[in-house]
Amino acid sequence: MAEMIRYDDSGARFWRVALYTTLIVFAVFYLLPLFVMLVTSFKSLDEIRQGNMLALPVQWTIEPWLKAWGTACVGLTCEGIHGYFWNSIKMVVPAVTISTILGALNGYVLTKWRFRGHKWVFALMLFGCFIPFQIVLIPMSQVLGKLGIAGDTAGLVLVHVTYGIGFSTLFFRNYYEAFPNELVKAAMIDGAGFFRIFWRIMLPSSGPIIVVTVIWQFTNIWNDFLFGASFAAGEGAPMTVALNNLVNSSTGVKEYNVHMAAAVIAAFPTLLVYVVAGRYFVRGLMAGSVKG
Amino acid sequence: MSEKNSAVADWLRQHLPKLVLSPSFAITIFFVYGFILYTAFISMTKSKMLPNLSKFVGFENYPKLWKTLNWQVALDNMLVFGFLYIVICGVLGLFLAILLDQKIRAEGFLRTTYLYPMALSFIVTGTAWKWFLNPGLGLEKSMHAWGFESFKFDWLINPDMAIYTIVIAGVWQSSGFVMAMFLAGLRGIDSEQLKAAQLDGASTFQTYWRIIIPQLRAVYLSAFVVLAHMAIKSYDLVVALTGGGPGRATEMPATFMYSYTFTRNQMGIGAASAMIMLFTIAAIIVPYLYAETREKQDG
Repeated sequence: MAEMIRYDDSGARFWRVALYTTLIVFAVFYLLPLFVMLVTSFKSLDEIRQGNMLALPVQWTIEPWLKAWGTACVGLTCEGIHGYFWNSIKMVVPAVTISTILGALNGYVLTKWRFRGHKWVFALMLFGCFIPFQIVLIPMSQVLGKLGIAGDTAGLVLVHVTYGIGFSTLFFRNYYEAFPNELVKAAMIDGAGFFRIFWRIMLPSSGPIIVVTVIWQFTNIWNDFLFGASFAAGEGAPMTVALNNLVNSSTGVKEYNVHMAAAVIAAFPTLLVYVVAGRYFVRGLMAGSVKG
Repeated sequence: MSEKNSAVADWLRQHLPKLVLSPSFAITIFFVYGFILYTAFISMTKSKMLPNLSKFVGFENYPKLWKTLNWQVALDNMLVFGFLYIVICGVLGLFLAILLDQKIRAEGFLRTTYLYPMALSFIVTGTAWKWFLNPGLGLEKSMHAWGFESFKFDWLINPDMAIYTIVIAGVWQSSGFVMAMFLAGLRGIDSEQLKAAQLDGASTFQTYWRIIIPQLRAVYLSAFVVLAHMAIKSYDLVVALTGGGPGRATEMPATFMYSYTFTRNQMGIGAASAMIMLFTIAAIIVPYLYAETREKQDG
């Protein structure tokens, strides 16, 4: 209340107004591209050419959305982006599941079953999170070729699990570090084994970190472009690659409305996760950047 | 027999944790460190379209890389983009965090609004900004429609300015995240100190300038490392926004590596450029990880 009273004098009130104005201007800056994407996706091409980008559609149409989903031409085929959307789902679900499970087990071993050299093992895995992936493109394309899964969703799952376990291990390790050792020791004395302790004691209290890890992996893998573009050509490409091919193909009339609809569809899953579980999303970002 | 079985079981029990960890560790050793060595070797060969291990040339590719005009352009662009991206994200992030820390109504909504671009793919961001900045139909046209007839904004197709469109889109995507890092830092500052300063008659501005901003040192470091790391790796955004063009005006090390390796059949040079990227990132990340993990593990 004390502050409320202080703001009553006009100088402070001026600052308060300036403060809110600035904050709102920046909110507009961040929202504008999304707004423009959305309104463009509901306009006809004629309206786009004649009208103002920032204006609401005069005549709303969902035609661009239907076209983007079902009939737009990506590369040589004209079946829209729905196939690529499913490719991404087929890639994301196993990759997130496997990397999260491995990360949980690794974090558990690295905190509760320590052995000589555990720090080195962790350090080596941690550095693997931050390498520029350009460094692995050449050998990876050869390995995927040898395994016969180049250009395939299975290949991308392997790639994303491989380069995802560093972060998932980091998340679980830091979380389990704070988990009381006494509980684990007591369970050992009672004769519980490695997996039993994990299943009965660690997992039931791992809810938050599982959510953080799943969201982190989901966002990163869904949004990946480099691996998708390198290892999955044509029909097997994930959503981001298909979107880029759709937008940057040089042939024909540029259908901006269809492009924007496709972009919103590509953004939808991660945006949904962000809106529903933003708190965990932010926590993951922090844990992934401010190590320790 | 049973004794032997129980010996095996004992051994298993004893080594089970390591066995569980070993697949992940083996994957890391092979797919990270093995691959780095392999790429290092490729960078010392005359590989063209495919890896060719027999044509060993030592370090010859590295001076050649340095003399390549495209690589020089990529490095210049990297410096311009990296510097502006890091500085603008940092300043804007700190500025917004301080504003949001003033007991703002609807703080949650504003925070969410500033941060959501971070959930998007760079491809989506690039697509959105490419449309927004479209010289014919985008912002320029809107300004004309509002009566600013002479307004001109053709940065996307202007070789001298195109790199700045990547800065704009990159800042748009990442500054909210930096804001969140600074906000967390601000919330962690001891409020007693602030009260004491205010009792001494320090203005809000003085309090921030003298007491709070210097205390956020750890956050500056983290933000710098994260942003530098993202800047060096930036590939998607360039591809989606400008495709490296117009011409080669927005070529970056990441796009250079990709095109030399996979489309220009100069794999040896491409591998060398990937090694330079790795060393640059390692020079930033390794000391940082070392300091961060050592602090933690002393306890």
